[in-house]
Amino acid sequence: MREMRFDVLVVGGGAAGMAAACEVRDAGYTVVIVERENVLGGILLQCIHNGFGLTEFREELTGPEYAERFIDATTTGIEVLTDSTVVEIENANGEKTAYCYSGKTGVTVVRARAVVLAMGCRERNRGNVRIPGTRPAGVLTAGLAQRLVNIDGLIPGRDVVIVGSGDIGLIMARRMTWAGCTVHAVIEIQPYPSGLTRNIVQCLNDFKIPLYLSHIVSRIDGHDRVTRVDVTPVESGSPNYDKTFAISCDTVLLSVGLVPENELSKEAGVEIDPTTNGPIVDARLMTSVDGIFAAGNVLHVHDLVDYVSEEARRAGAYVVKYLRQEYPARQLRVKPGANVRYVRPGKCDPSTENRFYMRPLVVKNDATVVVRLDSTEVKRIKRPHIQPSEMITFRVNEGDLRESAIRDDSVLEVGIE
Amino acid sequence: MNDFDIAIVGAGVTGASVARTLSRYGLDVVLLEKECDVSLGTSKANSGIIHAGFHHDRKYLKTRLEVDGNVMFDRLRKELDFPFKRCGILVVAMKDEDMKYLSTLFEQGRENGAVGLEMCSRERTIELEPKIHPDVVGSLYAPAGGIIEPYRFVFALVESARKNGVELMTNFALQRAERTGEKWRLEAGDGRSVSASYVVNAAGLYADDVSRMFGAEEFSIRPRKGEYYLLDRMTKACPSRVLFPVPTQISKGMLVIPTVEGTVLIGPTAEDVDDKADVSTSVDQLDRIFEAARRMVPSVSENDVITSFSGLRPALDDGDFFLKVSEVVPGLVHAAGIQSPGLTAAPAIGEYVKDLLKEAGCTMIEKQRFDPNLQRLPRIRDLSAADVDSLATEDPRYAEIVCRCERVSEAEIREAIRRGHATLDGLKYFTRAGMGRCQGGFCTYRILKTIMDETGCTATEVRKRGAASAIITRQL
Ligand SMILES: Cc1cc2nc3c(=O)[nH]c(=O)nc-3n(C[C@H](O)[C@H](O)[C@H](O)COP(=O)(O)OP(=O)(O)OC[C@H]3O[C@@H](n4cnc5c(N)ncnc54)[C@H](O)[C@@H]3O)c2cc1C
Ligand SMILES: Cc1cc2nc3c(=O)[nH]c(=O)nc-3n(C[C@H](O)[C@H](O)[C@H](O)COP(=O)(O)OP(=O)(O)OC[C@H]3O[C@@H](n4cnc5c(N)ncnc54)[C@H](O)[C@@H]3O)c2cc1C
Repeated sequence: MREMRFDVLVVGGGAAGMAAACEVRDAGYTVVIVERENVLGGILLQCIHNGFGLTEFREELTGPEYAERFIDATTTGIEVLTDSTVVEIENANGEKTAYCYSGKTGVTVVRARAVVLAMGCRERNRGNVRIPGTRPAGVLTAGLAQRLVNIDGLIPGRDVVIVGSGDIGLIMARRMTWAGCTVHAVIEIQPYPSGLTRNIVQCLNDFKIPLYLSHIVSRIDGHDRVTRVDVTPVESGSPNYDKTFAISCDTVLLSVGLVPENELSKEAGVEIDPTTNGPIVDARLMTSVDGIFAAGNVLHVHDLVDYVSEEARRAGAYVVKYLRQEYPARQLRVKPGANVRYVRPGKCDPSTENRFYMRPLVVKNDATVVVRLDSTEVKRIKRPHIQPSEMITFRVNEGDLRESAIRDDSVLEVGIE
Repeated sequence: MNDFDIAIVGAGVTGASVARTLSRYGLDVVLLEKECDVSLGTSKANSGIIHAGFHHDRKYLKTRLEVDGNVMFDRLRKELDFPFKRCGILVVAMKDEDMKYLSTLFEQGRENGAVGLEMCSRERTIELEPKIHPDVVGSLYAPAGGIIEPYRFVFALVESARKNGVELMTNFALQRAERTGEKWRLEAGDGRSVSASYVVNAAGLYADDVSRMFGAEEFSIRPRKGEYYLLDRMTKACPSRVLFPVPTQISKGMLVIPTVEGTVLIGPTAEDVDDKADVSTSVDQLDRIFEAARRMVPSVSENDVITSFSGLRPALDDGDFFLKVSEVVPGLVHAAGIQSPGLTAAPAIGEYVKDLLKEAGCTMIEKQRFDPNLQRLPRIRDLSAADVDSLATEDPRYAEIVCRCERVSEAEIREAIRRGHATLDGLKYFTRAGMGRCQGGFCTYRILKTIMDETGCTATEVRKRGAASAIITRQL
């Protein structure tokens, strides 16, 4: 087995992995990115629509264009192993050992002092949302369809029904229409769409694709290939099967949520948060295993790649500090308060600037994010509109906390009013 | 050559086991299957339990064959290398009055010749199964019970049979049988035909239709559906034994089954249906499964669901197997009504059917050269990194991961395709690619490409299973 040694190993070469690796390299440490596909870029490569980079580059790019800028930045000073899958990470005596399998180079053992997990996420599938019925061909996740159409030029059907109104589903509604398919409906269980309003207009309304809010697909039918789906309205919280109607179709695309890819993390002994399904991390984005960090969709699912890049750069910077043995003097617990599903990271370093990402539990206009330290208000941020599908980001720095008496067991609580 | 001594209709576990048994003898045997691969009927969607011989009375033929079949598995595993583990079965009592039922089972099992049965106290039960609900009062323990991966068992039987000369014809849906002289002429829907002196009817759910094609015995197979949930390997709810409840008035009992591959199955339901092709799942049935499973293992969680599926028991009215030489037409042997414990009994059914064929007049002479062993195919999931590396020096594709959830390499996929498993479902059951938690979300395009590359077909020609099950309808 080939052996290699680096200061830092980055698992996954998507937006997160590339940004973290650049940061480590810029500080003068050796770093390797291991990526299972034959190119860097991750999920961005199949997102050929635009809408990427508004905060990062202040312009509107397509996914591949956005990826290209980071790929260019990784060409020097970073070792890149493509076509290589990390199958296991061991952690013994402060050294991390990763086994990388490759059809080109066999097994490579990579040893490193620190690891950044950046494996991205996977799509929830039919089993996860438990849609009954038969199991014919023609049922696939929207992301897989996106990959087949945009990268391989393969069209997986003709008459399409899309389950879930998240952005990927909406974008695929338009993409399938452009590819000559008929999209008969987008079915959403919630009473509001879960994708951006912009996408509802540009991907559905412009093509007269009906959106059924408060409806579920209650059954998939067909022997060899899908022939129809049953659609049932949800009334006061439960499906009313008496009002079920059928839509004929040969394809069902599922856009029913993303989950952090956490198998490798779990096997490395990293503790997983049941709310985000990603690792529990401290203020430095370090997991419960010393020297293993996480950023991007593997940590929690982000809506915008710009946030992923930002978070991953910070992870890279924290790794550098870790290698320099600069540890925070103390960290305070951060806790989700009223109307908040989760806040990441779950710790705060009161001696420096902290950036947080959070998801609300509610849809609300004129909302205020309120940050309290042991029930003393330290910060208020106004938002004209919030909804669960849109992440909120804010900062808390030493200035915000200066007035307060901070104890070691102080708690920062983030709520929405 | 389309002229055989024996034709077996149906390549489920029954037909496969008969084929493998017959491959010891100097006979020309053909195995006919209507689907694109073997084991796509009832034999792929069941509990995968090797039963321990205490569930039914000895008056049933199925009970005797269950007991005989059970003990044959150790040797078969050695020869054929399929996933099998004698993890033991626990029937658990949650109420004091349930213990009486367990004693009845215990006595019945002893009379049937089941080995090692033990009545267990609460403490002993918890020791045997720490995941059990704390309210448990006792259990019956059957250490000879076990679990297998049923389709891998069938694949191995068929492969061994083929290695020893049996011919397999897939996509051969028998439609007509005609007596011509001393032989049966068997015609498929697509016009192909074979002829054979003896025919074994092992058509599972369709054994009644097949019997009718021969003008033989009239009987009717009534499908009884069983639905399941499959839980992720990472679940906390994985028991170390197969857990059976004590049946109630309402339910025959939902089981919690640790599969050989480390996932967990919960189910099955039991519901009579009319349609033999109806392997759909439904909301209300599936909800009941969780409720019942939690009564035994409280940590079973909806969050761990990977997929759901269902299978149809090919049941006859009298509840027993129908293994008989036809009394109506010559040269036909029925192996019908093979409901549970058909998997367990399969090795014994093979022998039993062989004897029936003799009874029907077929002469059997053991071959000089029968090779019972199958060469073990490497599965990188079970290998160390160093072993994978050395495999990769010969074929680098052993280090190319296609399915990351189940860790299946490209070399394994290619080998499976070369062995005739060239559909998405066939590959899935043979290699496990696409069977894990992402259910093919990541690997489907890689598998498509590998099939295209290995067989030279186009993307639109790749099938999930049946003729009309294209994955890709158009290429840009
Ligand atoms: C289907 C989909 C569509 C999206 N559409 C949009 C959009 O329109 N607009 C927008 O702003 N954002 C979109 N996003 C979100 C945004 O693009 C992503 O959040 C961001 O690109 C994720 O970056 P990442 O590096 O965390 O993950 P990824 O880009 O998924 O990168 C993870 C990388 O890790 C590799 N990897 C995983 N496991 C291993 C392993 N064991 N060994 C080696 N390599 C491994 C993968 O191959 C992949 O390249 C979308 C996300 C998805 C999933
Ligand atoms: C829910 C459930 C749970 C079970 N659990 C267990 C268990 O835990 N342990 C156990 O021992 N048993 C179990 N069983 C029973 C076991 O699965 C069956 O007894 C066994 O699989 C039956 O195998 P078979 O080969 O007879 O039928 P099948 O597997 O159905 O095979 C019949 C084959 O014949 C083919 N065929 C049909 N018609 C034609 C035709 N005209 N031309 C060509 N081919 C044709 C079909 O395509 C099929 O492949 C269970 C069954 C069910 C449904």
